[in-house]
Amino acid sequence: MLNIDCPYCGLRNETEFSCGGEAHITRPVSNNLLSKKEWSEYLFSRHNPKGVFLERWVHTSGCRKWFNIVRNTMTNEIYETYKIGTKPKSLTGKEAYKNNWRRHTKAETNKVEKNNVKK
Amino acid sequence: MSKNRVENHSSYNKSIFFYFDNKKLHGYQGETLASALIANRVKLVGRSFKYHRPRGIMALGTEEPNALVTIKKGNEVEPNIQATQIEIYEGLNTYSQNRWPSLRYDFGSILSLFSKLLPAGFYYKTFMWPSSMWKTYEHFIRKMSGLGRASNKVNDTNKYEHINFYVDVLVVGGGITGLISATIAAKSGLKVLIADENPLLGGSLLCEDDIKINSLSSKEWASQIVNDLHKMENVTILTRGTVFGYHDHNYITIAEKCLIKETKYSNLHPDQRLWMIRAKKVILAQGLIERPLTIQGNDLPGVMLSASARGYVNKFGVIPGHNVVIFTNNDDAYRTAVTLFKAGANIKFIVDLRNEISGEMQKKVKKLGIKILFNHVLTSISGKKEVQNVNISKLSLDRKSLVEKNIPVKVDLVCLSGGWNPTVNLFSQSGGKLKWDNTFSFFKPDIHVQDEITVGGSNGNFDLENSISETILLTNKIVKKFKKKFSSNFNVKIDSPKLSNKIEKFWQIPLNKKFKDKDKAFIDFQNDVTSNDIFLASSEGYQSIEHLKRYSTLGMGTDQGKTSNVTGIGLLSENIQKEIPDIGTTTFRMPHTPITFGVIGGRDIKDLFDPIRLTKIDPWQRKNKARFEHVGQWMRAWYFPKNNETMQETVNREVLNTRLNAGILDASTLGKIDIKGKDSRAFLNMIYTNDFSKLKRGSCKYGIMLKEDGMVMDDGVTSCLEEDHFHMTTTTGGAANVMSWMEEWLQTEWPNLEVFLTSVTEQWSVISISGPKSRQILNELKCNINFSNKSFPFMTFKEGKIEQIPVRIFRISFTGELSFEINVPSRFGLFIWEKILKIGSKYELMPYGTETMHVLRAEKGFIIAGQETDGSVNPIDLGMNWIVSKKKNDFIGKKSLSISSSLKNRKQLVGILTDNPSKVLPEGAHAVKNINQRAPFEMLGHVTSSYYSPNCKRSIALALIKNGHSMYGETLNFPLLNKEIITAKIVKPCFFDPNGDKLNGI
Repeated sequence: MLNIDCPYCGLRNETEFSCGGEAHITRPVSNNLLSKKEWSEYLFSRHNPKGVFLERWVHTSGCRKWFNIVRNTMTNEIYETYKIGTKPKSLTGKEAYKNNWRRHTKAETNKVEKNNVKK
Repeated sequence: MSKNRVENHSSYNKSIFFYFDNKKLHGYQGETLASALIANRVKLVGRSFKYHRPRGIMALGTEEPNALVTIKKGNEVEPNIQATQIEIYEGLNTYSQNRWPSLRYDFGSILSLFSKLLPAGFYYKTFMWPSSMWKTYEHFIRKMSGLGRASNKVNDTNKYEHINFYVDVLVVGGGITGLISATIAAKSGLKVLIADENPLLGGSLLCEDDIKINSLSSKEWASQIVNDLHKMENVTILTRGTVFGYHDHNYITIAEKCLIKETKYSNLHPDQRLWMIRAKKVILAQGLIERPLTIQGNDLPGVMLSASARGYVNKFGVIPGHNVVIFTNNDDAYRTAVTLFKAGANIKFIVDLRNEISGEMQKKVKKLGIKILFNHVLTSISGKKEVQNVNISKLSLDRKSLVEKNIPVKVDLVCLSGGWNPTVNLFSQSGGKLKWDNTFSFFKPDIHVQDEITVGGSNGNFDLENSISETILLTNKIVKKFKKKFSSNFNVKIDSPKLSNKIEKFWQIPLNKKFKDKDKAFIDFQNDVTSNDIFLASSEGYQSIEHLKRYSTLGMGTDQGKTSNVTGIGLLSENIQKEIPDIGTTTFRMPHTPITFGVIGGRDIKDLFDPIRLTKIDPWQRKNKARFEHVGQWMRAWYFPKNNETMQETVNREVLNTRLNAGILDASTLGKIDIKGKDSRAFLNMIYTNDFSKLKRGSCKYGIMLKEDGMVMDDGVTSCLEEDHFHMTTTTGGAANVMSWMEEWLQTEWPNLEVFLTSVTEQWSVISISGPKSRQILNELKCNINFSNKSFPFMTFKEGKIEQIPVRIFRISFTGELSFEINVPSRFGLFIWEKILKIGSKYELMPYGTETMHVLRAEKGFIIAGQETDGSVNPIDLGMNWIVSKKKNDFIGKKSLSISSSLKNRKQLVGILTDNPSKVLPEGAHAVKNINQRAPFEMLGHVTSSYYSPNCKRSIALALIKNGHSMYGETLNFPLLNKEIITAKIVKPCFFDPNGDKLNGI
């Protein structure tokens, strides 16, 4: 049973939360020039490391806010939790963010396709 | 006084009578069933798992592998409880297990004669071939083997509770080191919980008579320190609490057997309680567990672990035997000799397999006149149903064979001590790594992963003085982390027997003659695993300890191999010439000791397992004898039978009447989400495939939402309340999902959008009234809304009042009829429902349920998300190209939809008409073109909805068929499980009123 530090509510039991999988996946707009393969990297491919992982959680039975966690999938150690829209501050988290293969995918490097609903 | 009791023991208080196998026996309050059975000279307590061999009590605590009994309370049965863990009480009713017709004359024990035929892996080797016969064999095998039987007739009436708890320091184990740790932590002011599985704290302090602490006897000291702990408000003492699980982030689970004091409220108290504890620091002080030695016949009743035998005398005042041989590889067993001697037993020999040593203990027993045989071993233990004889031989110089003839000795108790294992189960569960200690031949904690420390015996200490000084040191250290200024002056003066460090590894007693199969030397007593089984398994190639465990079932019993695992590993190591550290241990998992399922379930069972949601109109529906169905957590009226109607007759009547007159449906369960904020419209345009840019105030629009993979997720109608305020409806089952899914997009992807989502499903009661007469009925309601076609057209909504009650009425239709959905604040739902029905009675208005709703919509070919769709269907497959906006730059699923809709051979939604109009296809039936093909058939698709339509006077169905949109008019075959083949034609998915004339109620 993980003990998760919700950035809005503080330490709570894992049962109050739901895991939303990998964090920091930027959505490209639909009218993009990505190939099927590049699009599928955004849509289906998920990082599954044995070690430090940046993932998204939501405080389902609490404030219902989404936030990010830096967690070691092997030991379940949580290095930090941080709000959506910010980047990890811990060294471990920074490293994991930088080294994620996704940072080099077309979907994320192609700055033109950056998602922005509001005009 | 029984011959097996010492005189005037301090534990003799209140006399109690209890039953074992229907025999009335005497005992004292506070003692265990095992202790009372020993006092009553009951040696044979059970039959073993596989060979049905006679078994007795071997240990004092939870490590007991043999003495499992069943407790009966009225008709209730609780099987497989260790006799060492049952506190006796007046009228306790216990039974032995796995025997027939009786414990003494067990039919199954003839299996023992055939045991040559039952080696390790026997079942795998024999009964798995031919595999089709396993189902036949299994029935008989399950009957023969096994332990006690649970009752499948009577419900468990015990009450269980859960409690969440938070502490600074959790101490596991109430022995001397646990008590010291708890006291130091508690004195510093920290919040402490100390848990122990026994009714009294004290652990081995209560089992010894040769330890003095601060000049007090160990029992006196224990009761003093426990008293002091009781007085402190920051300390919680949990006795009868089995710590069975060590989970992530210092989360500990404890199953407490509650002591119920008889009061008028006692029936309200829980019988067991599950403690779920988050501790900042955990101190594991679980002590050591003794190992037996591997000798033929070591499982007979009357063979005990040496320290356990001593414990029974000192703790409960019962004497397990009177003519004793003690066989040991370490000094601790000498203490047993002294205790038993003082209790009046005749110690025939101490058989010590080590080379001669002369330490404090040896001198002490020699002074008492007890004979020690160094360099000797027990070669066999024998007797009929209990220990009667042992044979002793001398070891050769190389210690691998025997040099002398047997010395036979008559005994009734054999005490074995084959060394000690630190209790590391919880430490291992926490993720900690073990290391092998060659001096003491045991695994002890090495690398700590979570925030815990191990102290005392469970940290690998054999010497009491070292153990205590280490405990004080380690505990002070962690307290200082909490309280920087804390300085502890805790100290104790210990006077205990000095034990030699010399513990000799000896996994298997050598034999001169060749080992015969019937000479069983047991390793795992509960699962009947012998040393032979280990040899066999390893010679067959099962050399990894994890493989060996599964093949031989070593350590897989409910005792988790507490007494057997290390011996098994040792034997394997000897056998395959591999060092023990290289073999390692098996994985430790919870529960550390058996617990009931009931305590895990707690109160979350039956009605409280999952809540049921009811609408405000539910009471009327119940009163009017509706049949109900579960839709998600909701209970929805399914149909309203009249008199003795069948379901089909009811549905036919309801369907016909709705199209002829009018019908009324409780649609309150529909998901409803209030969307507000200046960017609501932009957000809706991302969520739905169609364009919401121009939806006017007062208008409604049907929409489909896709997941990012382009497949249909949910559908519903969204209405524009204000320029920046919308009312969205979803399917009943999808409501929660849609809500959290939209919230996720808003928070994680578009935090810049100003949109607020509020679930209002339960705030509104929804009454759907449908049929040509619905307008007439509404006109009679005292409502300030004009219901005429002109002023209230299709796909609009109006706000108004019915007798001061605010309402929102939507003119939308799921039936194809003129239809109004009346939304009223929930608390008025039932009132308006009854009012409409009263007016409706003269217009033949009838209530209908979900089944009729399904038939009506299927007649029109309207889909239900989740029935026609399954996560692999896109809107183009459904023939709904019109709902996908071509203008919009972006919406969720757009890119994927453009990819999937360009693929060929997709399954598409079509209507199905059976050639025989009275034949209704089963939902899920598969379609094939040609029934004369060779298997596997080419599957073209399947039926998603199928009903008898009374309006069309025939069966109708919807199906997803590969390339269905280009197959109208073609005939397909639907082969059913019962070998019947139904033929049917593919048609457009609309069976009634294809032009939509009825929508306006003409």
